[in-house]
Amino acid sequence: MRTTPFYDRTNVLNRTGLWDHWAGYLSARQYHLSEKLEYFAVRTAAGVYDTSPLYKYRIHGRDAESFLAGVLARDVRTCKPGKAQYTIWCDDDGYVIEDGMLFRTSESEFMLTAAEPNAAYFQDLIGRASVEVEDVSEDLASLALQGPRSKAILSTIAPEIAELRPFDVIETKFNGSPIAVSRTGFTGDLGYELWVDSEDALDVGDGRFEIGVDHGLMPFGETALVMTRLEAGLLLIGADFGSSRYAWTDGASSTPGELGLRWMFKDIGKTQRPFIGREAIRRDLDGSGRRRLVGLTIDWADWDEHYSQAGHVPPKDHTPVAEEIPLFDKEQKRAGFATSFMYSPMAQRHIAIAQVLPEFSALGSEVDFEVTIDHVLHYIKAVVTKMPFYDPAHRTA
Amino acid sequence: MSKQQSEYDAVVIGGGHNGLINGAYLAKAGLRTLILERHEIVGGAAITEELYPGFQFTTFSYALSQLRPQIVQELELVKYGFMPLLMESNLTPMENGDYLLFGQDEQQNIAEIRRHSKHDADAFEQFSHDVAMVVQAVRPLLDAIPPDVTSTDPEELLRMAALAQHVRSLPPRVLQNGMRLLTGSAADFLDDYFESEILKAAIASAGIIGSKVGPRSQGSGLVMLYMSIGEHDGDQGAWSFHKGGTGGFTQVLARAAAGFGAEIATGTDVSHVITSNGKTTGIALKDGREIDADVVVSSLDPRRTFLQLVEPRELPTELVDSIERMRFQGTSSKVNFALDGLPNFPALADRGEDPFRGFINMGPTIDYLERAFDDAKYGWFSQQPYLDSCVQSTIDRDMAPAGKHVMSNFVQYTPYELKGSDWDTERENLGDVVQATIERFFPGFGDLVLHREVVTPLDIERRTGLTEGNIYGGEFLAPQMFLFRPAPGWNQYRTPISGYYQCGSGTHPGGCVMGGPGRLAATQILGDLSRSS
Repeated sequence: MRTTPFYDRTNVLNRTGLWDHWAGYLSARQYHLSEKLEYFAVRTAAGVYDTSPLYKYRIHGRDAESFLAGVLARDVRTCKPGKAQYTIWCDDDGYVIEDGMLFRTSESEFMLTAAEPNAAYFQDLIGRASVEVEDVSEDLASLALQGPRSKAILSTIAPEIAELRPFDVIETKFNGSPIAVSRTGFTGDLGYELWVDSEDALDVGDGRFEIGVDHGLMPFGETALVMTRLEAGLLLIGADFGSSRYAWTDGASSTPGELGLRWMFKDIGKTQRPFIGREAIRRDLDGSGRRRLVGLTIDWADWDEHYSQAGHVPPKDHTPVAEEIPLFDKEQKRAGFATSFMYSPMAQRHIAIAQVLPEFSALGSEVDFEVTIDHVLHYIKAVVTKMPFYDPAHRTA
Repeated sequence: MSKQQSEYDAVVIGGGHNGLINGAYLAKAGLRTLILERHEIVGGAAITEELYPGFQFTTFSYALSQLRPQIVQELELVKYGFMPLLMESNLTPMENGDYLLFGQDEQQNIAEIRRHSKHDADAFEQFSHDVAMVVQAVRPLLDAIPPDVTSTDPEELLRMAALAQHVRSLPPRVLQNGMRLLTGSAADFLDDYFESEILKAAIASAGIIGSKVGPRSQGSGLVMLYMSIGEHDGDQGAWSFHKGGTGGFTQVLARAAAGFGAEIATGTDVSHVITSNGKTTGIALKDGREIDADVVVSSLDPRRTFLQLVEPRELPTELVDSIERMRFQGTSSKVNFALDGLPNFPALADRGEDPFRGFINMGPTIDYLERAFDDAKYGWFSQQPYLDSCVQSTIDRDMAPAGKHVMSNFVQYTPYELKGSDWDTERENLGDVVQATIERFFPGFGDLVLHREVVTPLDIERRTGLTEGNIYGGEFLAPQMFLFRPAPGWNQYRTPISGYYQCGSGTHPGGCVMGGPGRLAATQILGDLSRSS
């Protein structure tokens, strides 16, 4: 298994020997015996996560903007230089292939991140356009520095970082090494991502880490990351949806509307921009759709009652469950399914991301959530809730 | 003369956690509620203060666990900033430089026990399960108004029968373990499971917190059980440090109470409860003002609730006698430090903050704990005290400037009454003893000290009003619990004075930052109001 440019440090820091495999790289599941410690570091101080295994594509050239405007579903023309944009790309039938972050550093220079490889897909769409799509995944190392103290830590290295607004990107220098910094992340907290040439990775990482320690900065692994992203209501491919490129059936794919991404297409009727999947997406948005992505909060009293009656201490497990959990209505008819589930320390409730039939998608709608207690199925009340489940004021301050 | 319309339906005396919780429930139910606090900040014994620039001290109470989880939901505390952070480790340093360190990984904890005793590894799992089963059996009793053992009311008789039925339904082993814990000593209970002295001491120390009992005294089992009934996010027996300390927590409660419409008046000192014909009509303040209300709730301890806020002669003699005989005898102190850096524990020097992210128990053997108690038995403070310590700035960075730390040390035993001296004379001597004790386990500690704050039982009493500085508002002893807290027949939050209620830690389920008394008293008050209307 390959290792990231930060491995010399992360390997020392990882006291558990627990690693996951991500895009062919070792990625720490947790550095400390308590993953919750790492989670709380992100929520109350700062945490650093090695995102280097992400696929990264440099897209540049005279036609880069028009190329991306036709390939990506969200309108890239609204992303000005110096900004980043969460985006998706879809197939002709309007099903989501994948999501990623797009960073625009100049008129003709972009970087797109993705959890899965996409080089062939994008390169095959270039045609006569004057644009290049380069896979720079190995050339660039990246770190996510997240948490309320991330601003204080980073601005001691480069004061201009304090001025960044959400989704801003700047290019600057740390210890003499060129670096790009974006105010982005996957935790729903105040946070930044650092993009640096792989050979400079350790210099940059060390400088940041030394300063951060007194602020409570600690490395965090995948478990803590997934906890924070679920509280933030951010989608995870492979958990909340699957790529339509590899779907066996349409039932296994999702439209942007079904994933709660209608907001990306507010102007779709007003602009003529042709892009892959446009008409199908328009039709889908006009209709009620097959299902809707919602947040669910499990009724605490009902949860406690079911477990207590069965003789158990009501469990409150913060470890995210990424298995499909069926949802029913009061008549035991299928109402949808949850895709990610956990006990949220910030919300002090069990929460889930789910897709439900449209008639159950209004805030406050109730569905029954299926759990197994001592091998017996139980149905526990859950309420459709606004996401994110946790949205601190400092995230956008 | 027509009666002037009262501005409030309910007045709660005392803005500690139980007063705030009680007031929040009453306001949530629609009562016009006023909470009175004599200090400028609410919180009672659950406050956070900047006693040294940049350093936040949990002056008294310092951790959360037993808080009844329903309160978090029913009062929507998350909306008001509730954030319990995990105290993830438990370090018990030994005299020879070795240690017992527990963390969040159960397998690792077992390996750590095996380092000290191979026998005790599965014994620990059996012990944990046995205690958890008792906790599970006791838990429903914590969240309900206890029955009145003196009553012949059919409803109360039914409730006694339901209690008997609950007890009868328990497996014999759970029942017997429960009785052993409720009536026996922590040391005896632990001897049945373990051979390792360090493991026994690490667990037994929970049995001496806040009470004038040694680990070998009957009664320490009950305290040990009480320290196990809490949770952090469903993790039984785990402890939290609230963001911003226990004062951060009571600020959350104050916001919640205000959010439900309660008014909070700080800097407002109550003189007494006004009564007329066996009924309360309001309260009088020390500045002479009077506030009318049909419901008055005292969150103060039983001594003050029954003997100071009202005239004892208005109460049944038996109740007065019972309250006068209730034992308080505070034996705990706090010594809080501002530190220039993290203490050094040589055997774990390479582990950074790992050993400091939870509790540090300085009390390595049962003998050590018992000897500490010996001093107290004869009227003096322990010359080698047991310390329950935490470096809280490792859990919440906002407690101290970057790179600096605050350390809270709960000290046992420091009897309220000293033989031949007093706490104003001995305060700093206690500080020196505590500092020397820490120095024994953490060499070089003294060099880190930037500031020291010594809080004796007398200081606890002076500042918070808790009688004799007892942190539970009445000791945790079997004859002072459940059916008898604070007195038989008066364990349901009512008093002999109609409209006058009690909701402090001296009522069931008791002390610690549990909140049960505040919540259950509100249930009783609202029930009485709906019955009378």
